[in-house]
Amino acid sequence: MTAVIQTSHAPTRSERLKDAGGVAFVALVLGIPMIGLTTVDAGGMLEVRTRWAALGLFILLAFLGRLLFSALGDQLRARQRTKARLGSAPASGSRPVLLKALGWGLLGLSLALPIFWGDNRYVIDTATTVLIYIMLGWGLNVVVGLAGLLDLGYVAFYAVGAYSYALLSTQFGWGFWEALPVAGGAAAAFGLLLGWPTLRLRGDYLAIVTLGFGEIIRIILVNWTDLSGGPNGISSIPRPTFFGLPFKPPSDDGPATFAGFFGLEYVPEQRVVFLYCLILALALLTNLFVSRMRKLPIGRAWEAMREDEIACKALGMNVTNVKLSAFALGAMLGGFAGVFFAARQGFISPESFVFSESAIILAIVVLGGMGSQLGVVLASLVLVLIPEVGRDFAEYRMLIFGAAMILIMVWKPGGLLSHREPTLKAPSSFIRQSKREAA
Amino acid sequence: MSPILQVDHLTMRFGGLTAIGDLSFAAPARQVTSIIGPNGAGKTTLFNCITGFYKPTEGSVRLQHPVAGEIRLESLASHRVARDAQVVRTFQNIRLFPKMTVLENLIVAQHNPLQAASVFSLAGLLGLPSYRRAETAALEKALNWLERLGLLALADTPAGELPYGTQRRIEIARALCVNPVLLCLDEPAAGLNPRESAELNQLLLQLSREEGVSVLLIEHDMSVVMKVSDHIVVLNYGCKIAEGQPLEIQNNPQVIKAYLGEDDSEEVAA
Repeated sequence: MTAVIQTSHAPTRSERLKDAGGVAFVALVLGIPMIGLTTVDAGGMLEVRTRWAALGLFILLAFLGRLLFSALGDQLRARQRTKARLGSAPASGSRPVLLKALGWGLLGLSLALPIFWGDNRYVIDTATTVLIYIMLGWGLNVVVGLAGLLDLGYVAFYAVGAYSYALLSTQFGWGFWEALPVAGGAAAAFGLLLGWPTLRLRGDYLAIVTLGFGEIIRIILVNWTDLSGGPNGISSIPRPTFFGLPFKPPSDDGPATFAGFFGLEYVPEQRVVFLYCLILALALLTNLFVSRMRKLPIGRAWEAMREDEIACKALGMNVTNVKLSAFALGAMLGGFAGVFFAARQGFISPESFVFSESAIILAIVVLGGMGSQLGVVLASLVLVLIPEVGRDFAEYRMLIFGAAMILIMVWKPGGLLSHREPTLKAPSSFIRQSKREAA
Repeated sequence: MSPILQVDHLTMRFGGLTAIGDLSFAAPARQVTSIIGPNGAGKTTLFNCITGFYKPTEGSVRLQHPVAGEIRLESLASHRVARDAQVVRTFQNIRLFPKMTVLENLIVAQHNPLQAASVFSLAGLLGLPSYRRAETAALEKALNWLERLGLLALADTPAGELPYGTQRRIEIARALCVNPVLLCLDEPAAGLNPRESAELNQLLLQLSREEGVSVLLIEHDMSVVMKVSDHIVVLNYGCKIAEGQPLEIQNNPQVIKAYLGEDDSEEVAA
């Protein structure tokens, strides 16, 4: 197809026209059944009508769009070339500082949110959803971003965490805080279960097996009715309590409640804000944990394995352990997020753990820039807020969602933040000394 | 001189193809042993058999470890060859961790002692002094090798951004961070300029004479091979055709034949 051929030199006008003509041809082939022909209901019978004008417009748009796109692409490339010639040293020096400021700014915003918008349930609810995805993104970042193991079934661990809490609380009366580590442990065990048979697989093959694993877990949840309630799911899961104080309207004879204990007037927003603070704390702990792990030998081993597994073996690294630890820890973090999800919703069913969830979490990691913690935050904001903001566009919102993803990948092929911060630096005294000697 | 490495009747077959056929030789300790031969002679296959990446079809590879005694390398997994037997290799087509900095590359090479000190990452997460000490020691060792190989100024540069010759030196520095008893270098001089190549010669001599590291070397650059080798093994079609000191090998008619074909032998001998 002419449209995909990349030429190294700047294309001439006739080449551009030919290229756009190719795109127009593809538009024609696709457009005939999709736009050119349509069926209408004519008195109980279906009748085929043609819409050649609309098809013509579509082809013209494709042709002109391609011309515009190739011209823009040239300009972009030219600008990048000049940038490369000027050298990127000053830019790369100031970037980590800027990123750090952005990170602290976002943290400040997340802390200020319940104070200033605490009475706006919609804002807090949306922010809670964003934070769930951020936490899932940070968990998957260990597996995909750091260890380089493409996992398309991450939602399985989210489900294991959620169902563990749902079962422990409804069947055995466990509270949120007791169930949290147990559910995380269960998810980690499932991580090992997935990791063990896939040790020898890489890339595409690993992706297919993990995809299958995610579906297996979901199908078990649908069919094992005795355990999971099947498609009906599990309902009336207890909400998390504030050190044993539930968020309920106070009653004279019932147990103490949060509002009653602190002598506050009961408003339902209290629970929403508490849930927000809870997921914020969990997400921040996750971030702290993952960024600390990254600077430990195991974290460096994950990254080294992503870069070159054979070299790792040649240096005496037991790659099996490194892989399994990445799977288990990533799964554990997903399990924690699942526990929170179950406690927040109060009801879970296999519907919540379909493949498209895995795909969105993976998209967050890839769009954010593999391995970048701050990138996950930005990507989660984009991917959760776009469908939220786009609610007015009704069925077109998924179209906007897709277009946004494509645009990000065109502009920033390495993700929003592809900058990698080294895990340790040589003490500056050494470097200065050696530079002086070299001079 | 007692051998550090004893290869006996080593055979490696891939289906019907015999890459190495009944090869036996010994590499003396604290010396440089070179493996030379035309392309496709089985040199890299031999390295893969020694370092556990291939399981040889037949034969044995025994290492005389100064502490652990005799170790049978042919039965060990590749990571255990490096970890337990301290036999460390570099690769013909450089295998660095390109996005990680030079210093990080050298720290990853010290994964095993660091991981032990971090006690399942717990001591590391808590930042206990025992882990901090181990980390400082690893950092010092890495910086020491970087300094000796003249790479200190590049410590914080991503390894993949550096020129080819520099990457070769980094790979050697990284291998040295594993404390090798036997260092296996696969074409370390490929892509080096004459000055870098001379520096490599010096390093190899220093390592074998002063540091007590035995070196096994695959190399095509004869200016390196002839200057640094104590012992040379010549392979052709997977079989040993000659073995001896550099001068003997240079004048061995069979070696000349293998490299240049029969008719030109008089010209080369002259």
